[in-house]
Amino acid sequence: MVVNKTEAVIGRVVLVVVLILTLLPLAGMLSGALQPADRIPDGFSWPSDPQWGNFAVAFRTAHVWELLGSSTLIVLGVVPLSLLLSTLAGYALGNLRIAGGRVVFVLLLLGLTIPFEAIIIPIYYEISSMGLLNTQWAVILPLIGLYMPFSVVWMRAHFVGVPTELSEAARIDGASVFQEIRRVQIPLAMPALSSLAILLFLWTWNQFLLPLVLVDDPDKRTMAGALGAFQGQYINQLPLLFAGALIIMLPTIVIYVIFQRQFIKALLQGAVKG
Amino acid sequence: MTNDVRTHENPKPTAAALRRPDEGAHAAGVGTSARRRGRPSVQRSARHRLAIGWLFVLPALAFFGTFVIYPLITAVQYSFYRWNGIGASTWVGVDNYVRVFTDPELLISIVNALILIVFFTVIPVASGLALATLIRTMRPGPFATVARTVLFLPQIIPLVAAGIAWSWMYAQTGTVNTLLDSVGLGFLARSWLAGFGTALPAVGLIGSWVLTGLCTILLLTGIGKIDTSLYEAARLDGAGWWREFVTVTLPGLRQEIAVLVTITVIAALSSFDIIYTTTKGGPGTSTLVPGISIFRLAFTQSEVGLASAFGIILLALVLLAVLPIQLLARERD
Repeated sequence: MVVNKTEAVIGRVVLVVVLILTLLPLAGMLSGALQPADRIPDGFSWPSDPQWGNFAVAFRTAHVWELLGSSTLIVLGVVPLSLLLSTLAGYALGNLRIAGGRVVFVLLLLGLTIPFEAIIIPIYYEISSMGLLNTQWAVILPLIGLYMPFSVVWMRAHFVGVPTELSEAARIDGASVFQEIRRVQIPLAMPALSSLAILLFLWTWNQFLLPLVLVDDPDKRTMAGALGAFQGQYINQLPLLFAGALIIMLPTIVIYVIFQRQFIKALLQGAVKG
Repeated sequence: MTNDVRTHENPKPTAAALRRPDEGAHAAGVGTSARRRGRPSVQRSARHRLAIGWLFVLPALAFFGTFVIYPLITAVQYSFYRWNGIGASTWVGVDNYVRVFTDPELLISIVNALILIVFFTVIPVASGLALATLIRTMRPGPFATVARTVLFLPQIIPLVAAGIAWSWMYAQTGTVNTLLDSVGLGFLARSWLAGFGTALPAVGLIGSWVLTGLCTILLLTGIGKIDTSLYEAARLDGAGWWREFVTVTLPGLRQEIAVLVTITVIAALSSFDIIYTTTKGGPGTSTLVPGISIFRLAFTQSEVGLASAFGIILLALVLLAVLPIQLLARERD
């Protein structure tokens, strides 16, 4: 490829500037978190006496262990069940091509566009009448439903790409549908399933609106939902708020840095399909 | 022949098998051809498969119906009533819808959401295009990996955390003002989120910060799929970078751009997390958006019917924005 030298240099320089701009808010938050807890932090500079103890204080007062437990519980409630149900439905719509499946598919596509805010009010009254307000179920059950359009459309797209000859062969050999799914389809669907799992984990962990509306007790929320509650609590102790926010972001960032390849792949594919 | 033997001899289909369906079929069939228990008639098996198919769809549909379709229908129903959420409700027809479009405060949330499209869609897609064009020739290596990882970071952290980080950027003693001071522009310093004129662009730029990385990487992937001979031909024809961009890059990225415009417009219209964390809609009504208005109306002002009507209008706005983009992208293919 013919590459202009100056163009390449300009590209590099611009990219570095953008990377700095991307990291700046997070670096600012870190420098703020290290200032004395009882003062309004001062500007963007490395404090002369960094207060690492703020993290320990925030860890305790923010109930990070409880929060980790709650978020993990919510993720474990949402992700596996969503994967199972969307695999079955995606297989039926994409591979078995059941009669009437087209209508279901169009309905799900429309479901993709519904902003959560448009239906959060009826969901609140629904969950309330089920007696589940202020429990983790109040977040788990609606999220499975709200993510279902995306999950099924995602899995259907995978199953449409699998040649039907494969299932026919399995069937001629006498495999039941269940055997075929378990032995032939699931192994083939692993890449699609793991990408979907990553996306669902991320969206659930970072979900804010549902826990805010449906769960009063911050300790029973998702990580992001709890962060909203700290804001009021730490209004006069900004360094502790920043420390808390950084602690809460840490688990996802660590997982992201380790699995960044898979994360980026999943997010890119997710963008294309969503 | 027992099942055990069958699984043993049944090799997992491989990628190669996928590429060549005939061979795959053969591979999947090894060792089982001897199994000839009375096969059901074709018709019966078709009906059987249809039944099983619907059985598979039903659990997913049950969740979708219970937590999306049913609430949606209920929201439409609520939207025709005046209801405080507890007591009796009064049928008011389309009154709530009229109120959304005549109440200046509610109307302003819609206008703000439309302005946010500049920050959530136009800026990220435009800067994504510029960046992707500039770095398209970058060789893979440690720097490229670090760049990708960092660009995606805002997608990974909760928007609430982004909001908190940026509140501090914009604060009176925060990073933005410190930087302005250090380059001699200290007279510009202010509390950016507290100013009536600056708050909306300030929260908008948080959206740009979150979405630019996604746009850049997706467009970069798209550029990678463009035939390099097109670039060579353009250069040989003496095309400058702008001509090359307009005649080769832009047409090649139509699909990606359509996708990005769709998801970022939805993000702009239904923004909530960032604004709730940074300004809660203030000062005054300067950063009010539909999400915040719906939340306030329903959960602090007990105007459930009005809030529901606004929710339905928000959904209509999203559909109005998204459907034409989808049709346009599809038609030209």
